[in-house]
Amino acid sequence: MKYQSQRIALAYFAVAMALFAVQVLGGLLAGWIYVAPNTLSELLPFNVVRMLHTNALIVWLITGFFGAAYFLIPEEAEREIHSEKIAYLQLAILVIGTLGVVVTYTFNLFEGHWLLGKEGREFIEQPKWVKAGIVVAALLFLYNVTMTVLQGKKTAITNILLLGLWGLALLFLFSFYNPENLALDKMFWWYIVHLWVEGVWELIMASILAYLMLKLTGVDREIVEKWLYVIVAAALFSGILGTGHHYYWIGTPGYWQWIGSIFSSLEVVPFFAMMAFAFVMVWKGRRDHPNKAALLWSLGCATLAFFGAGVWGFLHTLHGVNYYTHGTQITAAHGHLAFFGAYVALNLAIFSYAMPILKNRDPYNQVLNMASFWLMAGGMTFMTFVLTFAGTIQTHLQRVLGDYYMDVQDQLAIFYWMRFGSGLVFVIGALLFIYAIWMPRKEVVEPGPVEQDRLDKDPDHVAAEG
Amino acid sequence: MSDASLIDELPGELLMWVLIVSELLVFGAGLVAFMGVRLTDPAGFAEAQSYLYRTGAALNTAVLVSSGFLAAQALQWRRAANRQAARLALVGAAALGVVFLIIKGVEYAGKAAQGINFETHPFFMFYYLLTGFHAAHVVAGVGILLLVAWRDDPRNIEAGAQFWHMVDLVWVMLFPVVYLLG
Repeated sequence: MKYQSQRIALAYFAVAMALFAVQVLGGLLAGWIYVAPNTLSELLPFNVVRMLHTNALIVWLITGFFGAAYFLIPEEAEREIHSEKIAYLQLAILVIGTLGVVVTYTFNLFEGHWLLGKEGREFIEQPKWVKAGIVVAALLFLYNVTMTVLQGKKTAITNILLLGLWGLALLFLFSFYNPENLALDKMFWWYIVHLWVEGVWELIMASILAYLMLKLTGVDREIVEKWLYVIVAAALFSGILGTGHHYYWIGTPGYWQWIGSIFSSLEVVPFFAMMAFAFVMVWKGRRDHPNKAALLWSLGCATLAFFGAGVWGFLHTLHGVNYYTHGTQITAAHGHLAFFGAYVALNLAIFSYAMPILKNRDPYNQVLNMASFWLMAGGMTFMTFVLTFAGTIQTHLQRVLGDYYMDVQDQLAIFYWMRFGSGLVFVIGALLFIYAIWMPRKEVVEPGPVEQDRLDKDPDHVAAEG
Repeated sequence: MSDASLIDELPGELLMWVLIVSELLVFGAGLVAFMGVRLTDPAGFAEAQSYLYRTGAALNTAVLVSSGFLAAQALQWRRAANRQAARLALVGAAALGVVFLIIKGVEYAGKAAQGINFETHPFFMFYYLLTGFHAAHVVAGVGILLLVAWRDDPRNIEAGAQFWHMVDLVWVMLFPVVYLLG
């Protein structure tokens, strides 16, 4: 750890991983309710379980992004974070707000109260006082990191990261605007939900990935930056008007069907570019970084994001297709692989890279971490296929033949059982990851015969950076 | 890597090329969609097309191509260190861009007066989407040309001219498909 204030990231990562555990256990419970629908139906209804599963995801991903920013900005800007106190205050506000949401929903407190009650719009259902807290926390964060960058060295990575984080915070302000008209409500709702994950979050993703590539492969910064700019340009070009693919059936004018179809089809481009970027950097890189787990997660992130967000997104983005598939299990398949590939794997990559440095524990346990990658990636890929098949059958029975929704659900039971199984594998992987990151103290990885031979014979081959 | 050297050989800004390729993909996809939907109702599309103001559009083609010529000349003159001529050419190119917009505005006003809008017929939805989106690029292009006339580094002028030629090229594709194809 070059800068003392980087340790702020440790607290953020700890909170993020705790919420990650909550999220996947909530997901497992939701998956169980699909096969045994009366489970906890009185005590903890499905809609609350689902809310916990999706919101815990969003909150831990953002907490991870904040932690990643606190970790990498000092190194990029070559100075300490402006104020450690503010950073911890920000985290405390976020944790209190998160607990507030959970308690309010679980016990349905203050129903209908304008300030304290739940608001019920998916993903932005936080009570108003929590929303205000999120804004305060975001302002503290932006002040803190912007001051750090302004007084330090400015790099493309920090510029893009800050652009993404500013965008994230500013777009959240739309959560305070809730028009009476349901079509307008949905229209502005997507300003947050879409423009986050298919807009500014991609900037955050690209910049963190670029940082990881820079550190792990040792490729020149100039080359990394060129890729970064191209990826960001492609992401914004396609992503902003790509919002149109949510405007097909909510009451907005018909031309959105074409704007949405055309621009959102291009959203596959930045994800393809990120995948190409990650692999080209590894091929070109001359550094043999010992943190193989971080490299595996980085490459896995870029690859699974391309398939989950890019390919599975394109699968149902054209309005002629979406007319039939909208809101079926196809959407669930896409949602799961996209979030896991793009943002979960990205966070786990930066955790894998940063945690050993933060805990001063090189060398560290790689085998368990890498095993957890294959468990999670395998479980999630299987779940994606299962849900895609379920969605295809559902689309045909329900949307083409016109069968009743619940009759169709009965026919899908076998897929829901398989989904539960793949979810179980994923949860085991997630818990193993958390264990591998925090617990084992030492496991020296010696160079194998191939690596040793390369080290002996190739003078350009750089081993084990500290 | 061989592709890196190919990219290095590209004249002008790499990011401008990324933008140009992206724009061509969007307009290309829009034209393909237009022709695809046209297959479902050839008679309706032909009927709707007869309402278009073809002379104005042909005039606009001449205006935009002349403007593109001026932008290209500007870069030559600037490279020959003739800054004054280059600036004049850029302002002239921008002025022709404004002429294009005026003719386009007259065309739109005529349509509005006839009560034709986005929802009149699928033909007009594509007509407004494609030409409207193109016109928005002309507005941006006029701004860019004036910007590079002011900040007249040759690399800036090259980037501005690249963008402007893309706007030209898109129009040259739109004009026959939307206005003429019978």
